[in-house]
Amino acid sequence: MIVQSLAFYLFAAVTLASGVMVISARNPVHSVLFLILAFFNSAGLFVLLGAEFLAMILVVVYVGAVAVLFLFVVMMLDINFAELRQGFMTYLPVGALVGLILVVELLLVVGGWAVHPTAAMMSGAPTAPGSLTNTEAIGQVLYTRYFYLFQAAGLILLVAMVGAIVLTLRHREVRRQSIGRQVSRRAGDTLEVKDVPTGSGI
Amino acid sequence: MADFWSGYALPTAIIVAQILAIVLPLLLAVAYLTYAERKVIASMQMRRGPNVVGPFGLLQPIADGVKLLFKETIIPAGANRVVFVAAPMITFTLSLVAWAVIPFGEGIVLADINVGILYLFAISSLGVYGVVMAGWASNSKYPFLGALRSAAQMVSYEVSIGFVMVTVLLCVGSLNLSDIVNAQRTIWFAVPLLPMFVIFFISALAETNRAPFDLPESESELVAGYFSEYSSMTFALFFLGEYANMILMSASTTILFLGGWLPPLDIAPFNWIPGPIWFGAKIALVLFGFLWVRATFPRYRYDQLMRLGWKVFLPFTLFWLMVTAGVLVAFDWLPK
Repeated sequence: MIVQSLAFYLFAAVTLASGVMVISARNPVHSVLFLILAFFNSAGLFVLLGAEFLAMILVVVYVGAVAVLFLFVVMMLDINFAELRQGFMTYLPVGALVGLILVVELLLVVGGWAVHPTAAMMSGAPTAPGSLTNTEAIGQVLYTRYFYLFQAAGLILLVAMVGAIVLTLRHREVRRQSIGRQVSRRAGDTLEVKDVPTGSGI
Repeated sequence: MADFWSGYALPTAIIVAQILAIVLPLLLAVAYLTYAERKVIASMQMRRGPNVVGPFGLLQPIADGVKLLFKETIIPAGANRVVFVAAPMITFTLSLVAWAVIPFGEGIVLADINVGILYLFAISSLGVYGVVMAGWASNSKYPFLGALRSAAQMVSYEVSIGFVMVTVLLCVGSLNLSDIVNAQRTIWFAVPLLPMFVIFFISALAETNRAPFDLPESESELVAGYFSEYSSMTFALFFLGEYANMILMSASTTILFLGGWLPPLDIAPFNWIPGPIWFGAKIALVLFGFLWVRATFPRYRYDQLMRLGWKVFLPFTLFWLMVTAGVLVAFDWLPK
């Protein structure tokens, strides 16, 4: 058990520390790298909980796909760090005010939070240990009980994808390669052999 | 104290010994893969290849390693030092940790986890970070261009690799790598899923930045791509990581499609040979394919590479996934 607790505190501490670094790092690329570290350590926490499927999906989706594209964009930004620091003092009062209001609101919400007495009964029965792997367990609820919600989530993602394509698709005059046309082209279509008589041009 | 010894120290020592038993042969294999590559390509081009250091040039990889070790590590003035040094370490570490779940034989595996194939997929999707960080931290044009190419290429081909893996999983009904091998006792998946096997092999070439998809490091346009600014051991770590990744992708191809440690036919002369040797032989066969392709094909153009990934492989793998699922349901062949 000691090893598990040590691992938990290690993952949790690194997650928190890198979370803080995400917002405090000067360089945005460093921020994204710390964000990736935070994702990675949360995956470690999932493994400790015994949710290895969720841990792997977290790494594949967030670290392997989302954060790569994020890093891709941030790397290409041309940022002047001196200019960034200039604005800091002017925006500090407004930023501090917004932060303060948020903290007060959060305290009000969390302070009045009470768990409903029947909430514990609403949660689904956990699978008996050893009877199912958690991949199968998730599959069984996802494709039966939550089937419509699952499909709706897929549809929402599809709409987002179509939206992104619509926003970026422009029909500019770009020379595109048409492999079919290239392959079907015969010598007769483009070449003409002429017999040039000596002493006169064509 | 005895409790501490049997409870913690002994298991830790055993695990460390197991890790060393995997990593040391792996590094040796990486060294001799570079030798094999030079010899194979030399033969295909009717040259001799390395033949000076040691008998048949067999000590050449060792000499190369020692040379790199003794060189000076140069960090460019404009580079982001921490990220610059971390990038090769990440590449190298990621290429080693994936081996934890690879089964070398019946029950010979370091961590026999339930989500083995997802773990492999997750680790291989992380490989892009070493490249991207190296390209960005070098603070130089060509490495940056190489890193951008590599990131786009690896993300694109991962999609089709994912669909190929899902198709295999449909036929197995488990994410455990040992179960995937055992499901191929009657027939290797390379036979019924031949198109997926071919696509997986081609995507593996793209995923490991190998010829003909080695655009991230194409020497004729980008010097050496993302590791142009690297020297000595930092370069060597990239090199080792890349070759270890090639062996890893060959191992995944073997496990998914060529029956892992299983002999081709379960009859007398074949099943005398132990499983790990079959596994190694199949990996070597796939690796020979990698080298053969490099010696044979010219480099792809970048837009053609993207077209192949998104407009050919992605629709085709999706279609074949549907066909496989349909056949399995129609004939009631779904694994229980």
